[in-house]
Amino acid sequence: MSSLDAISVNVEAETGNVRPLLHEIRHALKRLANGEDGTVIDLRRLPLAPGEEERLDALLGKGEVHAEVDALGPTGVQETLYPGVWLITHCNAEGTTVARFIEVTRVPELLMSQQEDIDAGIRRLEKELEN
Amino acid sequence: MHKDQTLGEYLRLQGVSRRGFLKYCSATASLMALPPSAAGLVADALAAARRPSVIWLSFQECTGCTESLTRSHAPTVESLIFDAISLDYHHTLQAASGHGAEDARLTAMEENAGKYVLVVDGSIPIGNPAFSTIAGISNLDMLKETAANAAAIVAVGTCAAFGGIPHANPNPTGAVSVSEIIKDKPIINVSGCPPIPVVITGVLAHYLTFGTIPELDALGRPAAFFGQNIHDRCYRRPFYERGQFAETFDDEGARKGWCLYKLGCKGPTTYNACATLKWNEGTSFPIQSGHGCIGCSEPDFWDKGGFYNALSVGNWGNRDALLGAAAAGAALGVGSAIAARARKKKAQAAEEV
Repeated sequence: MSSLDAISVNVEAETGNVRPLLHEIRHALKRLANGEDGTVIDLRRLPLAPGEEERLDALLGKGEVHAEVDALGPTGVQETLYPGVWLITHCNAEGTTVARFIEVTRVPELLMSQQEDIDAGIRRLEKELEN
Repeated sequence: MHKDQTLGEYLRLQGVSRRGFLKYCSATASLMALPPSAAGLVADALAAARRPSVIWLSFQECTGCTESLTRSHAPTVESLIFDAISLDYHHTLQAASGHGAEDARLTAMEENAGKYVLVVDGSIPIGNPAFSTIAGISNLDMLKETAANAAAIVAVGTCAAFGGIPHANPNPTGAVSVSEIIKDKPIINVSGCPPIPVVITGVLAHYLTFGTIPELDALGRPAAFFGQNIHDRCYRRPFYERGQFAETFDDEGARKGWCLYKLGCKGPTTYNACATLKWNEGTSFPIQSGHGCIGCSEPDFWDKGGFYNALSVGNWGNRDALLGAAAAGAALGVGSAIAARARKKKAQAAEEV
């Protein structure tokens, strides 16, 4: 044990932002259930004390769906215990987290095939069939 | 990437899918402090964006601002510099030296007249231009020459934005900020010693995306990053409200992570985004590490009294000023007492009549 480890530090900080965030998610989920638009919450914009983001993750939990998108670095897409609430974690090519969002939607847009990519895929397939 | 190509065309040629591009735009919108719903708008604008020329001048500085930027993580500085902007001149990063380096600056200025972005870090000595020169050209002359045809100027770091540490008392070089010299160009002040790297890249990304400068505060800083003070966004704020303060750096309050206000934290008067964006890939920021904010993104932060004096103590300056103030206060006190005694005597005399 180093001398630094010998100093007992027990940080008891709490912003109190976790519960209001859960309420915000609840309101967004109700809007979605009523046929209104989805909501995206940028976790970088909120002050959270050390450990609070982990607490939020634990409270949201892990649901049935998990996907990993490999585009300009990995992106984790995790449905939470609350269907319609997704946790999106964007990493860069070095694996460092560059952004985290909570998306309240039926399916995150990032998982859907994009029109430009579909068009490019058709062109590739046609070229393949020409050979 | 060719200068005539749009960023969208370039990325498609590199095999980046629309899905990957949307991801990049979501991270970029977050970086620019835009609402997440703006990611689509950013995607449309960025797809059509052309690579702007950037000239970076370093004057009286410590290279801390460049160190900060090259450790930026979102988006990776490599992609930002090599794909999204054309960094045509930067002392520290460019391979060319001597006349070759200066030729690169002059060529970029000529080819992109009226369109290039000028980034400046460091203050400019006007007491004696010889205090700091590059290729025999004084900082003052190089700034004026390069700013003349710039579309906009980004003053990176507190030295370029407000004079910074070279400007601190007694300011031996006569150091001034960019805005004290250039009066006819839009200037974005990205203060901090150093600035948060994602704030530097966020401002460049905003210009790249929209071709305009972001909304600024009264000190010319982007409001998205400098619109709120550290104190209001600090996770230790609830302790301040409850009156729970660390009194020393090793007491129980410090170990429990209580508010550092009494230890000189300048969070209440400092506008910056450290409490939310944080440092070292979002790991922490000074207050989270147990040290109060020193107010490095504010003008004259070095001359505002001790870093460990609570804001409520005020700034009395040096010992002579303090003694002078004490003497003046004592004289005022004596004068008040004499006046009070005179008023009392007058009132007693009136009662006796």
